[in-house]
Amino acid sequence: MITFDDVVKVYPGGGTAVDHVSLELPTGRTTVLVGPSGCGKTTSLRMINRLISPTSGRVLIDGQDVAQQDEALLRRGIGYVIQHAGLFPHRTVLDNVATVPVLVGKTRREARAAALGLLERVGLDPALAKRYPAQLSGGQQQRVGVARALAADPPIMLMDEPFSAVDPVVREGLHREFLRLQQDLGKTIAMVTHDIDEAIKLGDVVAIFRQGGTLAQVGTPQELLADPADGFVAEFVGRDRGLRSLSFDTAADLPVKPVPDDLELDGAGRPVGWRKTNETVPTGGTFTKTDSLRLVTDLAILSPVGIAVRVGEDGAADGVVRHRDLVDHLEARRSS
Amino acid sequence: MNLSYLFDITHWQLDTAGSIPQLILSHLWYVFLALAIGTAIALPAGLYIGHTGRGSFLAINAGNAGRSLPTLGLLMLMVTLLGLGLLPVLIALTVLVIPPILTSAYAGLRSLDQRVVDAARGVGMRPWQVLFKVELPMALPVLMSGVRSAALQVVATATVAAAVGLGGLGRLLIDGLAVNDYSRVLAGAIVVAVLAVLLDLVLALTQRWIVSPGLRVTR
Repeated sequence: MITFDDVVKVYPGGGTAVDHVSLELPTGRTTVLVGPSGCGKTTSLRMINRLISPTSGRVLIDGQDVAQQDEALLRRGIGYVIQHAGLFPHRTVLDNVATVPVLVGKTRREARAAALGLLERVGLDPALAKRYPAQLSGGQQQRVGVARALAADPPIMLMDEPFSAVDPVVREGLHREFLRLQQDLGKTIAMVTHDIDEAIKLGDVVAIFRQGGTLAQVGTPQELLADPADGFVAEFVGRDRGLRSLSFDTAADLPVKPVPDDLELDGAGRPVGWRKTNETVPTGGTFTKTDSLRLVTDLAILSPVGIAVRVGEDGAADGVVRHRDLVDHLEARRSS
Repeated sequence: MNLSYLFDITHWQLDTAGSIPQLILSHLWYVFLALAIGTAIALPAGLYIGHTGRGSFLAINAGNAGRSLPTLGLLMLMVTLLGLGLLPVLIALTVLVIPPILTSAYAGLRSLDQRVVDAARGVGMRPWQVLFKVELPMALPVLMSGVRSAALQVVATATVAAAVGLGGLGRLLIDGLAVNDYSRVLAGAIVVAVLAVLLDLVLALTQRWIVSPGLRVTR
């Protein structure tokens, strides 16, 4: 666990970057620090690995004050990923990834062998190992940056706007892989972003900072969407927070109606489309019990007949949901 | 253009005192000493200033002041103070070498992408590791351009050694002028120019060898 204990950072010249922040980042979880620019989120992150020292207050890792620890040794035990990756341009991809293991005393040979495995782990072709960073795309560089941070298998990872320098499509892919990796690895992650959607998607805990370096609210994404502490948070999480909060509820207990006759099925019972007078229109997608209510809502809205189709694990249609059923379910959910 | 001195085989005898090969050797010796001493002073100073950001006014002003000092005047001053010999010559030439190397070492480090330096610190490199494993290798192209410009200047200027009785290719210029042997002066000028080009070529190859290919490539 990483603990901020009444941390203040005042820069010479008078600017207060972080103003009495107390915060706990739970072990094995992703905590996202989010807020507008100049809110102290990056300063806070950089105090964890002592790239910045607090003016007062303490930052503790598992109860140990980081200020008491050797800077370099502390940092070697904390993965560090930054925007634009910050790769060493004069080193090959492989040697970039091998950096920290070599620093902690592994032989170059061992470190490179391990690095090769890590490249695959973050979804990179090992054939890129001998390239230099300038020869990679932005998304590839960011993956190498993540591999470099993971190389010494640190329990903690700091990620400063790791996905903001790539285009939306690439970012989407990196998000998916981030969630997959984190599910496997269970690192204690502190991530900084200015993008609330990214925070809600990736964070187990989200800490919203406001200008002036104070904490506005800390909570799970669900809590922030359902119950913003004040107008600033409500504004920051966005006007469609109601709809977005549906992302966190699955369709497991959403009641379904029997499959109507005008849904055309193939031999295996899989939906093909809706029968109209002289044509069959595609359903536009289906959902399963594990999908979110947001997806179901989306499907019901987009469906040519206003009906979302549920399928079982075998892909066969086993029920449908109409707009009306969905509204009833949300109504019941609210009152329960 | 009278090239008779240059092409006279008797001036190319390796074992004759004052022959062109012997003058080349002594000339290169002064160049080497001045570059070695100058680099030993300017490189650490430039790296320190560039790495810490402290004393940058020194790097900038030393560059400008050094460039404007007349080497021949400085040499005469040194001879007046120290007497004849190799030392005053080396001091005058070293003063010439320091500014370009100091300035390029400083500028090389300052111009680096600071995000990369931040990453180097963030992954747990100690300050000297940041300097030698990241900053210096990345700054090498700029640093080497400073070394090459220093080398070119000192090859041309080392001819002043002859003005205070030492050897080097300046002998051809000074002695040629003294006896109105313009063929000899021309030979000296040509050999100095060729030497400068060759030395730059050697340094260019060295640069190619020591600079990471990663700093040259583009997608």
